[in-house]
Amino acid sequence: MTPEEEDIIRRRQKSRALVTALILGGLAILFYLITITKLVVAS
Amino acid sequence: MNTRTATVPARTSTGHIVADWRDFYALTKPGVMKLVVFTGLAGMLAAPTQLHPILAFSAILAIALAHGAAATLNQWYEADIDAVMKRTADRPLPAGRMDREAALHFGVGLGVFSVILMGIAANWLAAATLAAAILFYVCIYTIWLKRRTPQNIVIGGAAGAFPPLIGWAAATGEITLMPILLFTLIFLWTPPHFWALSLFVNADYARAGVPMMTVVAGTRSTRRQMLLYTMPMTAVAIAPWPLGLAGPIYGVTATVLSLVFLALAIAVVRNPSTKTAHMVPEKRLFLFSIAYLFALFGALVVDAWAPVILTIGAGA
Repeated sequence: MTPEEEDIIRRRQKSRALVTALILGGLAILFYLITITKLVVAS
Repeated sequence: MNTRTATVPARTSTGHIVADWRDFYALTKPGVMKLVVFTGLAGMLAAPTQLHPILAFSAILAIALAHGAAATLNQWYEADIDAVMKRTADRPLPAGRMDREAALHFGVGLGVFSVILMGIAANWLAAATLAAAILFYVCIYTIWLKRRTPQNIVIGGAAGAFPPLIGWAAATGEITLMPILLFTLIFLWTPPHFWALSLFVNADYARAGVPMMTVVAGTRSTRRQMLLYTMPMTAVAIAPWPLGLAGPIYGVTATVLSLVFLALAIAVVRNPSTKTAHMVPEKRLFLFSIAYLFALFGALVVDAWAPVILTIGAGA
């Protein structure tokens, strides 16, 4: 691999990790809200 | 967001392609997703009982993710066809920007997650219907029938008809006559909608060896069949009004728009041309068919919520 290719791969892995982290964070909040809502609706 | 990414294939020393996240996003066909989400939301909002907004949002998210999963698995299986069609050659798999295995894992993971999310947020009837929709699209349509029969679009149309049914099931926990009519409406709408497109990209399908109706039966027969599907579609679109399942806002909108649809389908039948440049009626019908579905489901929601809006307006 050339240094340019290595750079592309590293940048791509970094952006994928960031997007994955944002999605996981969003889902954690969503599941928290679903749980609270279900508790409120049931009571 | 631009889903046609300008990324280049990037391979590691072990030969694996490291795909850009935008390519994963492009696999979910976000353009088509709008119509799926809209019809699912409309089915949910037109239902007699309503979910809490957070649960409703989660259920719609589940429908969107399920669509993304089905679209991904469709492209995973059809990468060879996509590679020879001009319209699809730039997709992540045929363009070599992603490993097929990565697409398969992404599609299966997304599909399983969407079903679990629907079950937790809404109910397990909606989740089971969602799972059935994904399996129908991937296994029955994509893998089994698409390459074997010119009726592929008719059968595939059933997969696209699921969202309002799922939206309704998510809100009410049951499937009644109204969501079945909405399902039938999209099922009958799909052939004239998709065959209008395939008439002017016929050469692409012929090159790919897909037995589309336009390739197997010819343009004349396809045009006639488009009209044959439009007639029952018109009846099903208007039916909720006389059956007392929808009010006059929906009824008048459905009647007027369906008659326009019918007129455009007749114009298509009367067009003898086989040249793409002369397929103006087909292009007109294709564009109108998208607006038709948006307008019809929009009218359904307005019709269902009109009494609530009027009550709030009177109280203010």
